[in-house]
Amino acid sequence: MKARIIVTPKKAVVDPQGKTVQNALAHLGYTGVRAVHVGKYIEIELEPGTDRAAAQRALEDACRKFLSNPIIEDYYLEILD
Amino acid sequence: MNVAVIQFPASNCDQDAVHAIRVLGHSAWLVWHRECALGPADAVIIPGGFSYGDYLRCGAIARFSPVMQAVRAFADQGGLVLGICNGFQVLTEAGLLPGALVRNRSLQFRCEHVFLRVEHTRSPFTWCADPGRPLRIPIAHGEGCYYADEASLDRMESNGQILWRYCDHAGALTDAANPNGSLRNIAGVSNERGNVAGLMPHPERACEPILGSSDGRVVLESMLAWLQKRGSLAPRPVAA
Repeated sequence: MKARIIVTPKKAVVDPQGKTVQNALAHLGYTGVRAVHVGKYIEIELEPGTDRAAAQRALEDACRKFLSNPIIEDYYLEILD
Repeated sequence: MNVAVIQFPASNCDQDAVHAIRVLGHSAWLVWHRECALGPADAVIIPGGFSYGDYLRCGAIARFSPVMQAVRAFADQGGLVLGICNGFQVLTEAGLLPGALVRNRSLQFRCEHVFLRVEHTRSPFTWCADPGRPLRIPIAHGEGCYYADEASLDRMESNGQILWRYCDHAGALTDAANPNGSLRNIAGVSNERGNVAGLMPHPERACEPILGSSDGRVVLESMLAWLQKRGSLAPRPVAA
């Protein structure tokens, strides 16, 4: 069982990295790109037999307190078998 | 006065901070991140660097270190805490200061002298400054762009929590003088109570003429003189 966590900058926060990647895509000829947001991907391997609901609760807590900063970032968490 | 300077793995301005405090004629020592007590501290400096490698986010891991629990308790009692550069980032991550520091707008690591406008002199960290004279102090950071939502910024403005802003040599707040894209040119802020402050520029690197500027002295001298003034009036907070 593992958890996937995706952390992205909030839309209100200027994301110069995303903007630079967007510009580079345009230079390379990729069209139709409206915006790019660069974030982080965190994969957490869980011990076999971990209770899914408990893991969900614990990781939500970790995402809010530590893995993301709610002032500047949003997170998306999913647990996979 | 006695100043505890916190030392995390990969702090790299810790000795500079100790040196600066001693140059100003006061006592300073280092407190390792695993310590749970600050010793007989009158004030705390969280220095610059790259605490815990700045992994995940700048300051995100440092805030959970044992010594930060002692710093929080010290701040809760009204003790003066100053975060410089990475120390500012640690204090925002810890929730002891509002807002957050994100990647410089230019994506460049900026290492240069900048000018700072002192916004008011009602703070323990600014009260000795001349607000009419911009301070010339170096910066050295890649993630110093100050962000808080508009409502928070408005609240901080009305509370007098914005202490220093990036300006040009004449004190004008311009985009060109803003080295990192900080909202409203903010270089440093305090908490609502006023006893915890942080700034991205490095006052401890500008305390002697040989370093190119002595303008940083007034930041540290304000803090130290405030303590001396208060010392005669009230007992100091007990360092846990």
